[in-house]
Amino acid sequence: MRRLIGLAVVLMFGLSLASATRAQQAPPGLAANAAFRVCADPNNLPYSNDKLEGFENRIASLFAKDLGATPTYTWWPDRRGFIRNTLRANQCDVVIGVPNGYDQVRWTTPYYRSSYAFVFVKGGKFEVRSWDDESLRRARIGVIAATPPADALIKKDLMGNVAAYRLTIDYTTEYPGKIVDDVAAGKIDLAIVWGPVAGYFAKKAAVPLEVVAVPPLEGVPVPFTYEISMGVRKRDNARQEQLETLLRKHEAQIVNILREYGVPLLEGPLVRRPDEEKRGVVGERYQ
Amino acid sequence: MRPAVWVAGFLVLVLAVGAYASQELLQLQTDDKQWVMPGKDYSQTRFSTLSQITPTNVKNLRPAWTFSTGTLRGHEGAPLVIGDTMYVHTSFPNNVYALELKGPDVGKIKWAYLPKQDPSVQAVACCDNVNRGLSFGDGKVFLSQLDGNLVALNAQTGKEAWKAQNADPKVGATMTSAPHIYKDKVIVGVSGGEFGVRGHVTAYNIKDGTQVWRAYSMGPDEDVLLADDFNQANPHFGQRNQGTATWKGDQWKTGGGTTWGWYAFDPQLNLFYYGTGNPSTWNPSQRPGDNKWSMTIFARDVDTGKAKWAYQMTPWDAWDYDGVNEMILADLNIGGRTVKAIVHFDRNGFGYTLDRTNGTLLVAEKFDPDVNWATSVDKRTGRPVEVAAMRTQAGKNSQGICPAALGSKDQQPAAFSPRTKLFYVPTNHVCMDYEPFEVKYTAGQPYVGATLRMFPGPGGHMGAVIAWDAAAGKIVWSNKERFSAWSGTLVTATDLVFYGTLEGYMKAVDAKTGKELWRFKTPSGIIGNPVTYIGPDGKQYVAILSGVGGWAGIGLAAGLEGDSEGLGAVGAYKKLAEYTTLGGVLTVFSLP
Repeated sequence: MRRLIGLAVVLMFGLSLASATRAQQAPPGLAANAAFRVCADPNNLPYSNDKLEGFENRIASLFAKDLGATPTYTWWPDRRGFIRNTLRANQCDVVIGVPNGYDQVRWTTPYYRSSYAFVFVKGGKFEVRSWDDESLRRARIGVIAATPPADALIKKDLMGNVAAYRLTIDYTTEYPGKIVDDVAAGKIDLAIVWGPVAGYFAKKAAVPLEVVAVPPLEGVPVPFTYEISMGVRKRDNARQEQLETLLRKHEAQIVNILREYGVPLLEGPLVRRPDEEKRGVVGERYQ
Repeated sequence: MRPAVWVAGFLVLVLAVGAYASQELLQLQTDDKQWVMPGKDYSQTRFSTLSQITPTNVKNLRPAWTFSTGTLRGHEGAPLVIGDTMYVHTSFPNNVYALELKGPDVGKIKWAYLPKQDPSVQAVACCDNVNRGLSFGDGKVFLSQLDGNLVALNAQTGKEAWKAQNADPKVGATMTSAPHIYKDKVIVGVSGGEFGVRGHVTAYNIKDGTQVWRAYSMGPDEDVLLADDFNQANPHFGQRNQGTATWKGDQWKTGGGTTWGWYAFDPQLNLFYYGTGNPSTWNPSQRPGDNKWSMTIFARDVDTGKAKWAYQMTPWDAWDYDGVNEMILADLNIGGRTVKAIVHFDRNGFGYTLDRTNGTLLVAEKFDPDVNWATSVDKRTGRPVEVAAMRTQAGKNSQGICPAALGSKDQQPAAFSPRTKLFYVPTNHVCMDYEPFEVKYTAGQPYVGATLRMFPGPGGHMGAVIAWDAAAGKIVWSNKERFSAWSGTLVTATDLVFYGTLEGYMKAVDAKTGKELWRFKTPSGIIGNPVTYIGPDGKQYVAILSGVGGWAGIGLAAGLEGDSEGLGAVGAYKKLAEYTTLGGVLTVFSLP
């Protein structure tokens, strides 16, 4: 236990769901014992894996149980084309985690908010809590390509210090948490990585690591905090209604599951972003 | 002495083999009865001297026979015709069929190669699981599989002769483009710029698949493979250390610049030509700098891989205007002298004509007048003169950028007629709004990217086939198409231009005027390239693969998802679904 006590998660914990205004009833067209079909990544802890060890697996089981079903999974790596090949291809009805406002799906009210975080060895030479920390100039900084911290590192002219990790990796030899384990192993001095990955792997690390929410940086318009919803097909209003009901019902249990996995949670109201009508066709970039 | 003698003998043997393979294709490509390489000849002209089908009789053209490829996804590329056999490829899982062209059994399957590929590689491919076809040489047929394997098949039996792993799909690298056979080498590129793959071209020994050299699109000079006199004629294009100095830190290691287009080869200069794709990551504010040598035309020595010259068309790309489109070699009269030219129609909307001996930029003009991200290309510096409001960047909403990310033209290759001296170019006419702050999600990590909203360009049509004078940089005629023109073109000595449309029409038009002379509705939308040959019965045939997909198929799917129903552009895309569904079919036409 000492090791865990040594781990300080300084992000504030807290969670609130949008106030329940709708009547708690099963939406029409979805029988209580209907199948609960989920699409998920087979190898991406802390979210999910095909041994059902992730927190998204746990939440799926919780919901399915409530419906008198067991979750059935379609596995697909969570990378480009994931939604196209799974949810849109009707291989499943629910994706447990997507950002609130994610254009590929119809999203629910978000059920947690987290943040990108600095991860460093507690008591080490690189206890970075601010973008103005002078030790950033000397640090070897791990960041995953394309993620928001890279914008801040460009702004601070720190790209020369960056060890770039790829967004898409070979799951047989790598895993998203490697960037955190590399901090523990001393291969890099600092990782700047998304909260759930940071918290989960920091909790498991062999040396005490600290996880600190990344503060905003003036002149960098991209946010470092995101709210996570569930995703359904664009027109599947009935499924969304069902999930809204289940999210309200299981709010406390979901928080407990997330805490169990070390997911750093940020306070504040969780409000569903409105659907938008936009002109044109959403284009995927072509190679 | 003995080992030395043995080594010397071995060298002679290798040289003889090289010369043989080289001679074989040099001769074969002059025989217009056959179609032995993707672009018809090393210069990629897609010009045939066959003349049985004429503007007068083309109206009688009708299907002679057809063949279902058995796969659904997009069919780019074209079949090969060698002797009495036609070689046809399919979309994933990249099956290959050798079809009989003789006698009553025309279309009979002589052999089939059905590769077993891990289905998960489909998840890696960016935009549909297309394949752009086969190549031939040294008695073998060469296939680039989506899973990164380059496979050599015995052309007679379909048996695997050798196999080489050129790209690793586990890190996002796949293969979609056709291999290119130059001399005794098989030269292949790689796809996957969106995953931060560092692009490369690689030469394999045609005999046994051993790697001869590999040249990267960026990185230290020893990785990029520069000749001693690299860019000597145009030092302002950049010379040493540009593959690292134009990037921040070690970003070049995940720099993109993939190489999935159509290459050309000049045997006299011993140089081959190809383009590199967009830099990675996509977010331009995260990679300040020119990002060389992404978005670049490269000229490399076939034997050593060393670059003789390179010209970057779109420095610090912010639009995804990959530079991979086809390279066409032609000798053109420019300013009263004959120039050994290379002509390239880029995604960025400019048609480039360069001196292919040294890379000097001669012509760079818009081949779609509505292109608006740049006003012109400065001939002195070689750099585009950008319109600041159209440069996409984090935090800035840009509306009405033309062309859209898919470019004024994608990989669909143009043709060149040495008779008319014109290029026949299939084009897109699609613009976009760039909306920053759209939340994305990959591998469980949220980030902010841009969403591109695409819609038809001014005039409401989404494409055109144009005739282009590459010496003057001028459009000679333009045929509007309702949808993007996503098929290649073919031009014959009878001044006929053939191309397909996304609705599935195969068309023949007059090369001098663009006037439509014939059309036929094939079973699915066409994104393949037409070819022509003489069958064993002495008749001229024209063949095309239909099978909609690629970007077009994805655009279609996006529209049908109902993201923005009731709005004009979606209506236009939805119309495509009224014309066509998926499915690969080869249609072979002849006169009665």
